Amino acid sequence: MALDKTGIAKRIAKEVKDGYYVNLGIGIPTLVANYVREDINVEFQSENGVLGMGPFPFEGEEDADIINAGKQTITTLPGASFFDSALSFSMIRGQHVQLTILGAMEVSENGDIANWKIPGKMVKGMGGAMDLVASAENIIVAMMHTNRAGASKLLKRCSLPLTGVGCVKKIVTNLAVLKVTPDGFQLLERAPGVSVEEIKNATEGHLIIKGDIPEMAL
Amino acid sequence: MIQKQVASVQDALKGVANNQTLMLGGFGLCGIPENAIAELVEMNVTGLTCISNNAGVDDFGLGLLLQKKQIKKMISSYVGENDEFERQMLSGELDVELIPQGTLAERCRAAQAGFPAIYTPAGYGTEVAEGKETREFNGKMYVLEYAFKADFAFIKAWKGDEAGNLIFKGTARNFNPCMCGAAKITVAEVEELVPAGTLDPNQIHIPGIFVQRIFQGETYEKRIEQRTVRQKS
Repeated sequence: MALDKTGIAKRIAKEVKDGYYVNLGIGIPTLVANYVREDINVEFQSENGVLGMGPFPFEGEEDADIINAGKQTITTLPGASFFDSALSFSMIRGQHVQLTILGAMEVSENGDIANWKIPGKMVKGMGGAMDLVASAENIIVAMMHTNRAGASKLLKRCSLPLTGVGCVKKIVTNLAVLKVTPDGFQLLERAPGVSVEEIKNATEGHLIIKGDIPEMAL
Repeated sequence: MIQKQVASVQDALKGVANNQTLMLGGFGLCGIPENAIAELVEMNVTGLTCISNNAGVDDFGLGLLLQKKQIKKMISSYVGENDEFERQMLSGELDVELIPQGTLAERCRAAQAGFPAIYTPAGYGTEVAEGKETREFNGKMYVLEYAFKADFAFIKAWKGDEAGNLIFKGTARNFNPCMCGAAKITVAEVEELVPAGTLDPNQIHIPGIFVQRIFQGETYEKRIEQRTVRQKS
C-alpha cells in the first residue's frame, strides 16, 4: 500500500543522523521532527532565525515572538539560539546545516526542482527555498509521487519555473525511495506492498532498476 | 552619549514622503514595526516601494498599506497570506519583485556594511537570475545581486535605550538587525525604551550607531498568524 504523509515522514526520519543540524520545509517535512530516533542528538533550524526548535507550545503558552518559518507558534529546547535572517542564511549558504528536507511540485531526473510558482495560478514566492537548494549538500525531497490529476511529479524535465538546478539527491514519495544519479532516478526502495511496475508507471523520468528492490523498513 | 530618542511616532517618521523606498523588518507578522506602519497609514503617503520579507495579511501589517493602495512596488520573498495583495498583483496595480529570502537579507546587510553587491548561488539557473551577471568561483555558479538603496528603514526591537542601542526578542529579530543602517534614516521602535546606561553593553544586538531615531511604541497587538498548540497529555 502506498504511504500516507506520515509514512513518508517516518521513512525520511531514518535519514536524520546523530549530530545533524536539519532544516525542515513546510508541509510533510515538518512532520519528520516527530519521528526522529530519540537516542540521537539533532537540532532543527528554522530559517526565520532559530536553532533548537521544540514542539508546539501548550495552549496558553504561545508566544507571538517565537514562531517557525511556517509562522506557527513553537517552543525551543535547551541549547537553542535565536539569530537574524542574514546569519540564518549564512548557516545555510555556508553549508553548516547538514540536511535539508523540502517539498516539491516537480523533480527532474537530473535533480532540478520546482516548488515555488505555478504561472498565472499560484504566485506566493520562493521564501528561503532557492537559498536552501542552491547551497545544501544533502537535499531530500518529500512529496507524493503523482499530482492530484494523477500525473507523475518525477519528470524528464520540470515544466514549472525552477527553484534550483541539479541539486536534489534523494526523493521519498508515497511509493518509493529514489536516488538522483547522472543517469536518472535510481529506485532504491518500494513502499510496503507497492510493486516495481506501479512505480514505473508513475514515473515519467528515466527510472533505473538494478536487481531486487527491497521494501522500505519503517 | 548621542541622543536618538524622539518624542513621538510623528517625529520619528518626519521626512517620509510619496514615492520613497522603505525597508520594514519582520517575518510574517512577527517583529513588524506596528506603530510605524499605523503612522504610514495615517500620513497617507503613496507610491511607496516596500522592501519586506512578507506583505502582511489583509487587515494587518503591510496589508493595511495595500488596502489603501499606498504601495506601488513590493520587494519580498513570500507573499502567500494576503488576498488583496494577490488581487493587486494579478491586476497589474502592484509591481512585485520576488527574491530569495537569503538574498533579501544579504542585500540589506550589504547596504548596511558598505558592499555594493554580493555573489550568491541562490537562484542560479532560475528566472530569478535572468538578465543578471553570473560568475564561476571554484567550479560553482553565482549570481550578482546589488545592495538595496532605501530612504527609511523601520525596525522593531524589544528593548532599546536613548542612545539607539537595540535588543531583540525571539524570532522577532529576523530581518530587523540586517536593515539597521541599511537606509538613509533608520527608525527603531521598541516595546521598552530605557535611559542610556540601563542596558548591559554585552547584551546589545545592534549598536546605536546604526539607528538615527528611536521611540517607544504606544501599543503592540503582536498578532499570531498560525496559532499552533499541543494538548497536555
